[in-house]
Amino acid sequence: MTKSYLVETITQSMYGHTRKDVEDVVNTIFNTMSKALAEGHRIEIRGLGSFQIKERRARMGRNPKTGEEVAIPARKVPYFVVGKQLRARVNQDEDE
Amino acid sequence: MSARKTMTKADIVEAVYESLGGFSKKESAEIVEMVFETIKETLEQGEKIKISGFGNFVVRQKKERTGRNPQTGEEITIAPRRVLTFKPSQVLKNAING
Repeated sequence: MTKSYLVETITQSMYGHTRKDVEDVVNTIFNTMSKALAEGHRIEIRGLGSFQIKERRARMGRNPKTGEEVAIPARKVPYFVVGKQLRARVNQDEDE
Repeated sequence: MSARKTMTKADIVEAVYESLGGFSKKESAEIVEMVFETIKETLEQGEKIKISGFGNFVVRQKKERTGRNPQTGEEITIAPRRVLTFKPSQVLKNAING
């Protein structure tokens, strides 16, 4: 499901909001989250999971095509941990 | 948010309320809630969610495999299961390292 389809689905299941309203909200949600992560904050959405930043050390890598060694600089990567409730729902655990 | 802290749904509702202007606090909270609920329901059905500029949430089917209890060394069978993974978009990765 893409963002536009998500917007469409939500618009149809809510009264009183236009597609544009919902689209603005969805964009604001993910822009706000991206900005928070870029600033180094952690994000925790109850029932969904949490996002945080992990630091990766610099290392030597290899170009798999040419076999040439290349230096990979230290970098930060966003990391998502699925919440307990959603993990169970996705796996369709019986006690959920 | 200035100091390093954890952003929650309440902060997101606040951002929606303040930056969009067209909604009451209650409406902002309702739509934000609906967005996350729709995402969860979609993932629960095994379907992926693609948010351009942010990333993709993908449900993956894992096969049964044999694992080992690292404390006792005992072999155990890990049942087949479905797991949720998040693959950040290049745009998000760049923003974080920018």
